[in-house]
Amino acid sequence: MKNLDSRRYIIGLIFLSIGLIFLIRLFYIQVLDDHYKLDANNNVLRHIIKYPARGLIYDRNDELLVFNEAAYDLMITPKLVQEDFDTLGFCALLEIDTSQFREKILKAKDYSYYKSSVFEKEISSKSYAKIQEQLFNYPGFFVQTRTLRSYPQKTAAHLLGYVGEVNQKMIEENKYYKSGDHIGISGIEKQYEKELRGSRGKKIVMVDVFNREKGKFMDGIHDSTAVSGEALRLSISAKLQQYGEKLMQNKKGSIVAIDPRTGEILALVTMPSYDPNLLVGRARSKNYIALTKDTLKPLFNRALMAKYPPGSTFKSINALIGLQEKTLTPNTFYSCNQGYRFGGRKMGCHPHKSPINLEFSIQTSCNAYYCNVFKNIIDKFPTTEEGYLVWRNYVTSFGLGKKTGLDLPNERSGFVPGADYYDRYYLKGKWKSTTILSLAIGQGELGFTPMQMANMTATIANRGYYYTPHIVKNIGGRPVEELDSFVLKNETGIEAKHFDEVVEAMFQVVEKGTGTSAKIDSLEVCGKTGTVQNPHGDDHSTFIAFAPKDNPQIAISVYVENGYWGSRWAAPIAGLMIEKHLRDTITRAHIEKRMLEGNLISNTQPNGSNAGE
Amino acid sequence: MRGNRNLIDNIDWMLVSIYFILVIAGWLNIYAAVYNEEFQSIFDTSQSYGRQLLWIGTASVIATVILLIDERFFATFGYLIYGIIILLLIAVILIGAETKGATSWFAIGGFKIQPSEFSKFATNLALAKYLSTLNIKMTDLKTKLKAAAIIGLPAILILLQNDTGSALVYGSFIFVLYREGLSGNFLLIGLATAFLFIMTLIFQGEVYQLPFGLEMNGAIMLTLLIAAILGLVYYLNRKKKRIAVLLVSIFIACAGLIQSVNYVFSDVLSPHQSKRINVMLGLESDPRGAGYNVNQSLIAIGSGGFSGKGFLQGTQTKYDFVPEQSTDFIFCTIGEEWGFLGSFVIISLFMALLLRILYLCSRQRSSFARIYGYGVASILFFHFTINIGMTIGLAPVIGIPLPFFSYGGSSLWAFTILLFVFIRMDADRLEVL
Repeated sequence: MKNLDSRRYIIGLIFLSIGLIFLIRLFYIQVLDDHYKLDANNNVLRHIIKYPARGLIYDRNDELLVFNEAAYDLMITPKLVQEDFDTLGFCALLEIDTSQFREKILKAKDYSYYKSSVFEKEISSKSYAKIQEQLFNYPGFFVQTRTLRSYPQKTAAHLLGYVGEVNQKMIEENKYYKSGDHIGISGIEKQYEKELRGSRGKKIVMVDVFNREKGKFMDGIHDSTAVSGEALRLSISAKLQQYGEKLMQNKKGSIVAIDPRTGEILALVTMPSYDPNLLVGRARSKNYIALTKDTLKPLFNRALMAKYPPGSTFKSINALIGLQEKTLTPNTFYSCNQGYRFGGRKMGCHPHKSPINLEFSIQTSCNAYYCNVFKNIIDKFPTTEEGYLVWRNYVTSFGLGKKTGLDLPNERSGFVPGADYYDRYYLKGKWKSTTILSLAIGQGELGFTPMQMANMTATIANRGYYYTPHIVKNIGGRPVEELDSFVLKNETGIEAKHFDEVVEAMFQVVEKGTGTSAKIDSLEVCGKTGTVQNPHGDDHSTFIAFAPKDNPQIAISVYVENGYWGSRWAAPIAGLMIEKHLRDTITRAHIEKRMLEGNLISNTQPNGSNAGE
Repeated sequence: MRGNRNLIDNIDWMLVSIYFILVIAGWLNIYAAVYNEEFQSIFDTSQSYGRQLLWIGTASVIATVILLIDERFFATFGYLIYGIIILLLIAVILIGAETKGATSWFAIGGFKIQPSEFSKFATNLALAKYLSTLNIKMTDLKTKLKAAAIIGLPAILILLQNDTGSALVYGSFIFVLYREGLSGNFLLIGLATAFLFIMTLIFQGEVYQLPFGLEMNGAIMLTLLIAAILGLVYYLNRKKKRIAVLLVSIFIACAGLIQSVNYVFSDVLSPHQSKRINVMLGLESDPRGAGYNVNQSLIAIGSGGFSGKGFLQGTQTKYDFVPEQSTDFIFCTIGEEWGFLGSFVIISLFMALLLRILYLCSRQRSSFARIYGYGVASILFFHFTINIGMTIGLAPVIGIPLPFFSYGGSSLWAFTILLFVFIRMDADRLEVL
């Protein structure tokens, strides 16, 4: 018996050892190992992001250009999807096929079985109305509200830009962004992303196993509200912008209009364009691909990125440089015998009277006159290079050949060759003024964007200076002029009195010269035509203008690709734009009709243009 | 019936106190597990804590009644009670209600009674009565067979109810048999078999690369390992002739077991049972299926930290991440809300309860009371081990309640009866000559 009684110690020992093993295990998982605490938080805490509304965008007359429309992300919680789920009905509702459905379900399960993730993004409110009625039949799915951009005016697609979802690279580069965030990808949306995006809010809630909200975590001390983005008021006039787009329909090219008094951009038209509503929501990627495949390149912003030679419009600049360098006076006469002969070669010109003075040379756009003017400027200096660099300095002081610095991304700088460029081609000291004579008439290597040309026109209108062009007037009620760079006068170093001579000549261009198609009754419009040689097809029609002559309120540059003479398309369009802006009425309905009906796209062969890309 | 004063003096109040502490602690944790701001009244019988309070009240009445019953009643009617329970177990298979795949309930009105909970008590009573018969020797084969029959009959009937967990509890009687003279080898063989079974499961899937391009699977490897160990024992032992037969039999038994594991695992156990065992052994990771319960349970307990999140502050249990939180997984609430300190206290209380029973057993003059006491300790120990073991990932998930803690009338009543009958016997120890 005694022997057996001692067995109670063995039994007791077994009991105790299990108790001890449990305590060791509990000490390990409760005290030493931390990962269960994280798992517990993962289970019960849901970080709900409160997305701020993006800032609205208005035009200069407080007309709404961009607003936010509710969109819906369809969310899935895989655990709650029941086994008797009506897959076919659901696919029909969402207009997806069953293989897409399975793929999305797998993706969601891969992310988390218990936590919800996005099943279908950015469903428009229209599709949502239909889905909402049926959604209660499909447990496991719910919707989360997002906002999408909407463009009531369907205009100015390029300058407004578009918004997309951040990609992995953006998330790595900027800590603010988290997966699923929206970000401005081009245009104003990109440039003013910080102001427009607002700031995200956050809410931490506790949920039960069925993902039902059970209350705030720690009474909401970590929660924050979303702050909406700031509203932007643009300097753009929607009315003028839309009118410009209409005039340019079925044509390739661009119109840039600036208020020379402030540098505010009034219109920034590039054609062909697209409806900005195409690059929103679910359809964005599909539409974007279609736009990139379009041979007319509707995504290409010609106003800021296309590089064209200025053509004859540039003669005004050469005249100004000549006057300032005193190699030219208003009364300098040169003769023109249908061209300018030099070293056995000839720069052709159209027939007109001869000899002619400065004013008439601009009015009739004489090539020979400007060959003389240009040659005299360059040859005034001991070496061609010295002369060229002085000339080049004047040119760039008009904001040409460098970025104007406007508040839009992807602006191109254009091109004015440096001396080294010619050294490379002709060897140092081996090039003369006549070698580079095509610069006299704005051809050759020169390449300016329509934006630069408008800015150059504004500089002439201002008689010698310009304000850096900009497109935003105020941000959240604060005027953008508070930014130094937009109130700084950029001077050319050419005296105002010389401008008066050239301006007078440009006035005559419109009154009785090559630009009469831009003439408007009882409005003093100054302009200069240009025909840009195009080795790939028909020449480009270009025109620069500003008005009124003595109190300029609008400076404009127009490029119409393959439009031939400046007087044919660009000048009338510039005239109509000026009248629209200053008078808000159109007096010459027949010209407007011709412009609206003009079609330069159907009769150009593919690859027929060189937009200087 | 003798004077009540005498009875009060002789009752082991320490055991009674531990019982009440556990029951109250259990109730608090059930309250916390299903706590819902909408139902704050603790007497609301639409909530499980309200009903559990009802069970606790009735259990106290039962305990009092038992203490007032003459001790000889249990010895006298031991077989009768056993017989009635066996009949009930048979009846429940035929006419019982099915819950979660097991037909182990009688539905009477709004309440459900589970005979298998009470059959542990009855079996223990019958076994104690049989083994305390004069001239019984555990070493006799006849005794062993009869004892095995008493234990095995209800176990088989419960297995037929599809309630494997409750059937396994009857294995715990091996401690009683051991205490009463069963060779320690049986205990050893029992433990060794369980060990080898688990080892085989873990290693049989592995394939080992051997030199000379040979491959060998884990089962063969394990068999060879056992052969090597036995060979070493034979080599080191002087009495080679005597042990040779023994060692060969052990080897044959082991090899047979290893070969049969697969069969048992895939053909005898149901898929969900083998899956649970696989998950517990870490052979299968499936946090969304069978492993979900254990994983969530570990998260709840682990997130409690050293001192816990505080009463009613447990998020994992309150928000239903832990399944069966008021019954099988009640320990999660303790772990989460009271932390390691709370777990330590509860485990210590159980240890105190078990060791106190063992101590009381040793002072019994009546072998009937002693054997019954060992049965009580063994049953409680088995429940304690499996229930807490499964919540912390040390035992397979077989749904058996934590004594005195888990929600449920049948289980609370049955454990109360089991324990208080022993307390009643102990109170009478001095009367036994």
